[in-house]
Amino acid sequence: MGVNLTETAALHVTRYLEERGSGIGIRLAVKTTGCSGLMYVLEPVDEPQPEDLRFNSKGVEVYVDPKSLVYIEGTEMDYVKQGLNEGFEFKNPNVQSECGCGESFTV
Amino acid sequence: MALLQITEPGQAADPHQRKRAAGIDLGTTNSLIASVREGMIQTLADQDGEHLLPSVVRYTDNGPVVGRLAVESAKQDPLNTIVSVKRMMGRGIDDLKRLSGQLPYDFSASEGGMVKIRTRVGDISPVEASAEILKSLVNRSTEKLAGELHGVVITVPSYFDDAQRQATRDAARLAGLNVLRLLNEPTAAAVAYGLDTGAEGIVAVYDLGGGTFDISLLKLNQGIFEVVATGGDSALGGDDFDRRIAEWIIDQSGYDKDVNPRQLRTLMMQARDIKETLSTCDRSGISIDVDDLKFNGTLSRSVFEEMIADLINQSIKACRRTMRDAGIDEVKSIVLVGGSTRVPAVRSAVAEFFGREPLGDIDPDRVVAIGAAVQADILVGNKPDDEMLLLDVLPLSLGLETVGSLVEKVIDRNTTIPVSKAQEFTTFKDGQTAMLIHVVQGERELVNDCRSLARFELHDIPQMVAGAARIEVLFQVDADGLLSVSARETTTGVSASVEVKPSYGLSDAEVTSMLKASFDHAQEDIASRSLSEAKVEARRMIDALLGALELDGEKLLAPGQMVLLNQAIDKLQETLSLENIEQIKEGVEILGKASEEFASLRMDAAVREVLAGRRIDQLEEDIG
Repeated sequence: MGVNLTETAALHVTRYLEERGSGIGIRLAVKTTGCSGLMYVLEPVDEPQPEDLRFNSKGVEVYVDPKSLVYIEGTEMDYVKQGLNEGFEFKNPNVQSECGCGESFTV
Repeated sequence: MALLQITEPGQAADPHQRKRAAGIDLGTTNSLIASVREGMIQTLADQDGEHLLPSVVRYTDNGPVVGRLAVESAKQDPLNTIVSVKRMMGRGIDDLKRLSGQLPYDFSASEGGMVKIRTRVGDISPVEASAEILKSLVNRSTEKLAGELHGVVITVPSYFDDAQRQATRDAARLAGLNVLRLLNEPTAAAVAYGLDTGAEGIVAVYDLGGGTFDISLLKLNQGIFEVVATGGDSALGGDDFDRRIAEWIIDQSGYDKDVNPRQLRTLMMQARDIKETLSTCDRSGISIDVDDLKFNGTLSRSVFEEMIADLINQSIKACRRTMRDAGIDEVKSIVLVGGSTRVPAVRSAVAEFFGREPLGDIDPDRVVAIGAAVQADILVGNKPDDEMLLLDVLPLSLGLETVGSLVEKVIDRNTTIPVSKAQEFTTFKDGQTAMLIHVVQGERELVNDCRSLARFELHDIPQMVAGAARIEVLFQVDADGLLSVSARETTTGVSASVEVKPSYGLSDAEVTSMLKASFDHAQEDIASRSLSEAKVEARRMIDALLGALELDGEKLLAPGQMVLLNQAIDKLQETLSLENIEQIKEGVEILGKASEEFASLRMDAAVREVLAGRRIDQLEEDIG
């Protein structure tokens, strides 16, 4: 299980890390905040933490801390264009509801 | 769910920390509001899912009605239904006499010469009517965005004068909105396409709206759009297309009486539907039946294109004229704005004229509002600082006074801040040990016509011949617009500095009038600058020659030559007071010729002195 990336998402992460010039992979975490309680955080990883779990998906190293994994187990990460905007989108089977403004979610 | 971006560790913004801001396109025919929602910029729809709000206000006994409902009632109640209010913003009754043929209202002049419209609820000013439109737009926004708006950016045509801009601000205040900035419509459109982060160059914005046509040429320079030229036709737009169709229908129906307001409105609304249909279909059906005006038939796209060909051509002519006047023969990109640019014939005419495909992917009705929302989002502080700073520019140039009361601009107007620029200056007189640094602001060429900001002196410059000292003057403007100027003599390192707040005490109006003065006086400024420069040049020559004569005159020149040279100097001295540039230049030339021999004698003497008593091999050693 863990976390999976689509081809486009993997491509964008790889490109991002190349442009940044450093980083061994990407961290997907969940932060408690917002009106529905949780939000995603996506950051490059320079040094893994000892407790990190590591997944390899489409050639990208994805690091998730065990606490976050509870909320995002089985999530698929995609990269989409919507009109003028583009960015990462998550298909998370654990999500129960999202807040109206779409910035946070609950499980 | 919002789309997520990768952020550096620890930089992820919490949700709901963003301030709410919106961009408003307050248009002649339709108005729109856009905002950033879920990290995306979208125009906001009303309960029925409609994004465009017709800029129509109907005053009823139960209060004002805005938008589609007002449009529908326009047929029955034309005198109390205000359309195209934008054309009346900030206008006096005299301005409107010209337009009144197109506007079916009773006007009354109010105090201050501003016009009001007589309706059943009393006299209504255009500002009040616009405020109703703004309120209606913002109500959508507060429902959708859950929370108060921190501020809005409202777009205005770039040709709007101060009165029209002020009227727009007043309308916003009346609607309870905080105006972050008024943004020029063409700039907003270019921002929506992200052209502000693209390569520098000229962007043409072709805006064919309901009632007006505007062509704007924008120059992108360091992330800032400057409107370099505008042109257009204030009485050309999609409504004219509709009118052509309406006239065609009347013509085809054989109706020969004058049409009444009710018939006219029905015809115009039908005509608009037909025009919109013809943008996607080859033909459109027509069915009219109002007060004995009856017609059933079809209109094909080719007949429609034929009837509007001269109107499109009129717009292209305006483009050509504007390009020619601005001395621009190539544009980097073209942005289409305004619903009428959906008409395929318009698009192809534009593509043909500019020689490249115009940008039209963003809905041309919404593109201005979207750009305004982008700007609003930045202005309320939702973007990192470095992006924010791109938008702040110096309103007026900053410079120094130089000899002859001339202004040497160090930082040009419209430069983005923060900025730091150094320029080297030198001494004017032999042995000069101090220098007055006079910092001025403005676009004019002479110090007296600019605003004085600060003066300070740099002392202890080592004695040198004129022009040998190197004094570096550094201008720095920080992000808050605070200017600091420092001067440093580079060989000894002595320095002095001062800090000023350049915009202090200058209202927008003063900045505008200073700018205007520089345009109005451009010609005479250049003339007085060249006169000053000629005088400086003459004085420098006289000083140098007098110094040289004192040193070597008797040694090298015969008494007769001395007299002649002194006479030429006196003559030039006299012309200085005449304020005639030609005479000064002539005097400089005569003195130059007269002193040629003396100069070469001095040169020879100097060379002899160096070479005296030295052998060739020594010289070779020195040189090698």
